[in-house]
Amino acid sequence: MPRRVMPMKPKVEYLSILDGKGQLDKALEPKIDADRLLVLYRLMLSARRLDERCINMQRQGRIGTYGPCRGQEAAHCASALVMGPDDWVVHAFREPGSMIHRGWPMERILQFWGGYEEGCSPPPGVKDLPIAVPIASQFPHAMGIAWAMKLRGDKHAVLCFGGDGATSEGDFHESMNFAGVYGLPVIFMIQNNQWAISIPREKQTASETLAQKALAYGFDGMQVDGNDALAVYAATQEAVDKAKKDGGPSLIEAVTYRLSVHTTADDPTKYRKQEEVEKWEKLDPIPRFQKYLLDKKVLNAKLVEEIEADILKQVAEAVTRFEAGREVDPLDCFDYMYAEPAAELLEQREEFKAALQREGVGKGH
Amino acid sequence: MAQMHMVAALNKALDEALRLDESVVLLGQDIGVDEGVFRVTADLLKRYGEKRVIDTPLAEAAIVGGAVGMAIYGLRPVAEMQFSGFAYQAYHQIEQHVSRFRNRTRGRFGLAMVVRMPYGGGIRAVEHHSESRETIYAHTPGLRMVIPSGPRNARALLLESIRHPDPVIFFEPKQVYRSFKEEVPDEPEYMAIGKAHVAREGSDITLISYGAMMRPTLEAADELKEEGVNAEIVDLLSVAPIDTETITKSVSKTGRAVVIHEGPRRCGIGAEVVARIAEKALDYLHAPIRRVTGFDVQFPYFARERAYLPNANRIAHAAREVLAF
Repeated sequence: MPRRVMPMKPKVEYLSILDGKGQLDKALEPKIDADRLLVLYRLMLSARRLDERCINMQRQGRIGTYGPCRGQEAAHCASALVMGPDDWVVHAFREPGSMIHRGWPMERILQFWGGYEEGCSPPPGVKDLPIAVPIASQFPHAMGIAWAMKLRGDKHAVLCFGGDGATSEGDFHESMNFAGVYGLPVIFMIQNNQWAISIPREKQTASETLAQKALAYGFDGMQVDGNDALAVYAATQEAVDKAKKDGGPSLIEAVTYRLSVHTTADDPTKYRKQEEVEKWEKLDPIPRFQKYLLDKKVLNAKLVEEIEADILKQVAEAVTRFEAGREVDPLDCFDYMYAEPAAELLEQREEFKAALQREGVGKGH
Repeated sequence: MAQMHMVAALNKALDEALRLDESVVLLGQDIGVDEGVFRVTADLLKRYGEKRVIDTPLAEAAIVGGAVGMAIYGLRPVAEMQFSGFAYQAYHQIEQHVSRFRNRTRGRFGLAMVVRMPYGGGIRAVEHHSESRETIYAHTPGLRMVIPSGPRNARALLLESIRHPDPVIFFEPKQVYRSFKEEVPDEPEYMAIGKAHVAREGSDITLISYGAMMRPTLEAADELKEEGVNAEIVDLLSVAPIDTETITKSVSKTGRAVVIHEGPRRCGIGAEVVARIAEKALDYLHAPIRRVTGFDVQFPYFARERAYLPNANRIAHAAREVLAF
């Protein structure tokens, strides 16, 4: 026949397990033991409390511009939880919960937003890439790490974060294409938070879903309720299992919402309505997950209070450590540029050193 | 020792690097089955298989960005841009990530990787296949920028670049890929990055050049020789870093200099070389320095290319003017 609908092997599915009203689909409920559920709860709450503290600190001038994750805690924490220590996580910039889980001390996150390169240095043994500011340019790195894993025959996987805006960038498509061609163990985790600064999701692409973009590259896409920690966890686990069995890449679109500003330099009242925000406030992933844990008796009122107090203490301690580490040597901007710095660079270092001495600039912020 | 063209010398270096270090992988468009559009990767797929010599889809940013990921994981990727004129599609990866990873992670992730690119004019190619934009990379902190001029140094510099712990942009002067042969030692040979080579000793004037421009520079020196002028020739080989010491040592001896390159003049490598001479050796100069370079125009399509490219005549003419000052 000359004209017919083409059958497509890759598919797009939608997954919701714990819905906005707190209704649980028992048949789909992932089996996660109580300790792990509590880890996830703590992680989501840590991300929320650190986020709130960062906004305050920006307002007080104690850190620079900050990009919050409020509303996206399920999407990034539940997916990161699936990744093992030999798997890699490649970050965008709205995933503090993932970084905390992976072993980044909270003060490193403060350091990044506070203007210190130290905030980009993963602690020893942490197989993560740091915050990436340019949109989508981290996808090729995730793809490349997965490529190297495959070439080496290592059965690990890579989780890479990006946003709805990032799916318009070439780097996203090029990486998806390579991942499909070589069957790489990488999970493209798209946090569709509906807004790329002022551009709404429907103006970002004419595609009905972001998940379907995987079809063009020959693999499956899944759209999940990104405010449903269980759905995000289950979808990521499935994608990771597939990747480790040499089943190739996956795209997960976590449908969520940026409840806060794009960054502290942004005023969202210019481009979106308060009613929309209020609608999504009701779908906040944290109360939903908390209620699930209370119903399950994994949590109780006393434990909720204890965890809350403990997290606030951890955040406060991280802030103290961050503030205590403010004194750095400006001269060390030369010291990590090259493994083997050239003579001309060392000469400039001496020039800078002399200038700092003349100007009486020591360590300090 | 064997006589070979630069293409064969580069191929030899890649072959040796693949043989000596199992973490080395090559990736790029048409480098496998097709053996590279200039045949630099001839026979390598057959010898090392598709896990080491990887034909990629057509996407420069993913080739370079993928190489970043590979390098972070512990491989030593050697990425090929088919022509430097198409590397702009990967330029954001080079500027935003290749050059920055070591510094921003405070040394945790250094990128031992090479991006090879044929550059420059002279092969009657279609638009976007003839430019010389080494300045862009030389201007980017965090990169090394190497440009060989002949088969022997091409092989030795490529081997060094591949084993180097920092990212290297490796420009290959495609005009001289097959223009002359040189003796290349059988055993692997390495040349330090950042060291210029005094290609010819002389006492009257210093001609500072590199890459494809070394041929016309040598020809100009031959012309001058017939007129009784002994020109010293400095082949930079690396434009980031630049070997200031070798340049100033030579200029301090001759007191006169002409800087030659194919790329545009404004903010070109020549401007940097002249500035360094001014800073370090002004007292030794007997005459103003001249630059023989590409002009600040777009590289002409090939009908005008032969006339446009800097040549021995222009270099000798500039040298005579400097000598007559």
